[in-house]
Amino acid sequence: MNRLALLVAVAVALLAPAAAATQPASLTEIEKQVMCPVCGTLLQLAESPQAQRERVFIERLIAEGKSEEQVKDALVAEYGDEVLALPPRSGFSLSAYLVPIVAFLVAAAALAAGVLRWRRGGSGGDSPSAGDGPSDEDSKRLDADLARYDL
Amino acid sequence: MSLRSLLAIIGVLAVVGLLVFGLASKGSSRLQPGDAAPTSTLPQLDGNGSESLADYKGKWVLVNFWASWCLPCRAEAPALEAFQQQHGGPRFTVLGIDTQDLSGDARAFVERYGLSYPQLRDGNGDKADEYGTTGVPENFLVDPKGKVRLVVAGPIGENELSGEVAPLLAGGGS
Repeated sequence: MNRLALLVAVAVALLAPAAAATQPASLTEIEKQVMCPVCGTLLQLAESPQAQRERVFIERLIAEGKSEEQVKDALVAEYGDEVLALPPRSGFSLSAYLVPIVAFLVAAAALAAGVLRWRRGGSGGDSPSAGDGPSDEDSKRLDADLARYDL
Repeated sequence: MSLRSLLAIIGVLAVVGLLVFGLASKGSSRLQPGDAAPTSTLPQLDGNGSESLADYKGKWVLVNFWASWCLPCRAEAPALEAFQQQHGGPRFTVLGIDTQDLSGDARAFVERYGLSYPQLRDGNGDKADEYGTTGVPENFLVDPKGKVRLVVAGPIGENELSGEVAPLLAGGGS
C-alpha cells in the first residue's frame, strides 16, 4: 500500500511540471510580461491603439495553439527585445541580473570588513578604551592646567 | 595614491558616467533642417532584403514615419501616394518607415492604400529615435546630399506637399 502511495506521489510530481508547460497560453498572463512599446508601460495597463493591435496579435497566436514562450518570441521578432518587461537572460541583458547581485555582494563584503575592523579596533590595539585612566604624563599635564585656574 | 582612494575615484567616475549616459540617451531631439540624415540600414517591409538612406544618395527623399495603428497616418497616405505618382522617379521618392508596428498589419496597410513607394521596417523604433521623432506620422525631406531640408512633425497634407516640398524639388539641389 505504501509502495502504491509512493508511486502515485512520484507520478504526480513528475507530471505536474509537464502539465503546467502544456497549459494553453493566456492573454492575461502574457499581458503582465510584455510591454506596449509605444506607451512604455506594461501591456496590461495600456489602452492605446497600438496596444489593442498587440492584444489582437497575441490572441491570434494563442488561438493558433502557440505556447507562452512562442508568443513572446513572436513579439520580440516584431518589436525587438524591448517588448519584454524583463530583459532576456542572455548577452548584454544578463548584466541586468548580475550587476545587482555583484553590487550586493561587494556591499556586504565591504560592510563585513568594516564591522570586523571596528570590532578589532574596539577590543584593544593602539587607541585607549573608555575604561583606561589617563597616562601619568597626561595626569601631570591635567593637574598643571587645573592649578593655573586655582583661585 | 592608496588603494582606497583609487576605489573611491573609480566609484565616483562610475556613478557620474551612468548619469551622463542616462541623460545622453534620453536627450535625443528631433532632427532639424541642415542636420545630416541617419543612414543606418533597415529591413524592407516585404522582407526582401534591407536598405539604407545612403542607397538614395543623389535623390530627394521624403522620409515618412508611419504605423498602421495611427489614424492620422491613414489620412496622409493617399496624399503621399498621389505625390509619389506625380513626382516619383530618378530625382525623388517617398520612403516609408513603418515604426513600432506589426509587420502583418503594416503590409495590409500598404496594400489597402495602394502605396507604391519603398517601405522599410523599424519594429523597435530605433530609427525613429535616431530622427528624434516624438510620434507618428512625422516627415523629413532629405536632399540629394543627405541633409534634412524640411521637417513636418505630424501628418503631411496636399498643402504642405505642393506648397513646401514641391518648390524645394523644383528649386534644385544636385
